[in-house]
Amino acid sequence: MAFLTLTNVNKIFGSTVAVEDFNLDVEKGEFVSFLGPSGCGKTTTLRMIAGFETATSGEIKINNTDVTTVPPNRRNIGMVFQSYALFPNMTVADNIGFGMRVSGKPREEINTRVDEMLKLINMREFGPRYPHQLSGGQQQRVALARAIAIRPQVLLLDEPLSALDAKIRVQLRTEIRLIQQQLGITTIYVTHDQEEAMSLSDRVVVMYNGHIEQIGAPFEIYNFPKTQFVASFVGTLNQVEARVVDASAGVLEVAGQTFRAPGPVMQAANGSRVMIGLRPEIITLEQDTPEQNRFHAEVVLIAFLGSVVRIQVRVGENLIFFDTLNNPNMALPKVGDQIDIFFSPESLLVLGRKGEGQ
Amino acid sequence: MKKNRFWSWFWVIIGALYFVVPLIATFDFSLRAKRGVLSFLAYERVFADPRFYSTLLFSLEMAVFTILVSLLLVVPTAYWIRLRLPQLRSLVEFITMMPFVIPAIVLVFGLIRVFSGAPFFLTNTAFGTNALVVAGYSVLALPYMFRSVDNGLAAIDVRSLTEAAQSLGAGWATILVRVIFPNLRSALLSGAFLTLATVIGEYTIASFLVGVNAFGPYMSLIGQNKTYESSSLAVISFLLTWAFMGLLQLFNRGGQQTLAGAR
Repeated sequence: MAFLTLTNVNKIFGSTVAVEDFNLDVEKGEFVSFLGPSGCGKTTTLRMIAGFETATSGEIKINNTDVTTVPPNRRNIGMVFQSYALFPNMTVADNIGFGMRVSGKPREEINTRVDEMLKLINMREFGPRYPHQLSGGQQQRVALARAIAIRPQVLLLDEPLSALDAKIRVQLRTEIRLIQQQLGITTIYVTHDQEEAMSLSDRVVVMYNGHIEQIGAPFEIYNFPKTQFVASFVGTLNQVEARVVDASAGVLEVAGQTFRAPGPVMQAANGSRVMIGLRPEIITLEQDTPEQNRFHAEVVLIAFLGSVVRIQVRVGENLIFFDTLNNPNMALPKVGDQIDIFFSPESLLVLGRKGEGQ
Repeated sequence: MKKNRFWSWFWVIIGALYFVVPLIATFDFSLRAKRGVLSFLAYERVFADPRFYSTLLFSLEMAVFTILVSLLLVVPTAYWIRLRLPQLRSLVEFITMMPFVIPAIVLVFGLIRVFSGAPFFLTNTAFGTNALVVAGYSVLALPYMFRSVDNGLAAIDVRSLTEAAQSLGAGWATILVRVIFPNLRSALLSGAFLTLATVIGEYTIASFLVGVNAFGPYMSLIGQNKTYESSSLAVISFLLTWAFMGLLQLFNRGGQQTLAGAR
């Protein structure tokens, strides 16, 4: 039995459907991220779990208890906000101990727990300071400590790193994951940053327009996207329009050049057009195996990105870019050169008929 | 640039003179109770009058109750509007401005007409009358109190703080008392002192409900009968107001240190 379940959850604001038919089971101790662009319904779903929004219909259960209409202060949920939301009038220690004071825990227990939490976030000497005396990263650490100090059933994080600079973000996300694993706390993390979602999560829920597009492990989401949206939103992707030459044999054609799909193209008839996706990292300048597909292309741009060189080529009317590791001994093509590029049929993503999804 | 600075100073000095000269003149006049010499005789007479203390004390009491009622009325209202009903903010702000448009005389007549008869009969007892005074003053204080509290709320992230407190198990009373009120300290003090300054010198409502028991009507009465004492009272009430403003600045300074970066 899942620890947190959302069953047929819908949320409608006036005439706007914010979340539609949301179904999710989260196991105890699991780290699940809601990933999607702004307005996809991820924060609304999180707020429904927290109790700040009430589901229009559907059911939310935590530890087999229906909490759909339970007020937020009775759900025992820890929440971390993008804006930290530390109480400015309280010290760090008072902020962390607030939840326990509210629940009437004895002073000694509160002090012990606050010390534990300060140690956990490596801020032992910061107890007497006020929030305005801390950096953004430190404030968010305190917010995390405050949320977990009450030993919540579920920890919710609403874009907690968005307000921080890139370096602190990477550092803090690792800390969040370590603390989550250390405490084994069931966690839902909302983000629009795919790298954050992929690096932190056991599973990722990709959302778009209030719907779940795909639920899966990061590896699965990245390598086997189920919809055009997931393929294009997660990671970088070359999307190319291809013509189906032989659907049953999985033969496609771009700019007069035929190539093979991973298998039969079930969703389209011969002669119709489909969108295919090619990740930049699966395209190579050298043929590894004879089975690999080949495109003859013209080089249009070469960009050095440090450890990686990004090469953009034109295949017919389509622009495709790919990355190759920067090797000083490697002879790179020049702009205007006619070259061959290679990719294996298995790594090609058939995204569906042209115009389907996003 | 130089020319601009000259005119800036020119208007500052003109403005200052406009305020300061009448004050100096009033103060100077208040010192001339004894013919031919400057003395504090008028002040001595004022301080020797037991009605000075009783009316000032009464008005201070009324001010304290007005502040309490206003806080209880305005803080939860302004908080709820910020949190849940932001679309009503401009309407409520307009309503709170009404005392600037509707004269106090209209308000006090309305209060007397409605609450002095059946079924209330509030003016039949001192407690009831004082309650009406506080009610009237609370209306007069609305613009100051609402704007102060609303500005204070605008300076903190009300929604996130509320939700953070809720997620930690706090109910509405706890949120208001432990999270919202302390973070509005400066705003509440501003509203409170402005209310105090308004109530201390208020004449219309007081004179119709409690007469010369209040400080405003007492000052007016003295003004009608005793020339020098009325000037000294004007200076005293001015100093009181400035003392309140000074206290306000003092408290604000302390508050700002704690609340820096509240948002």
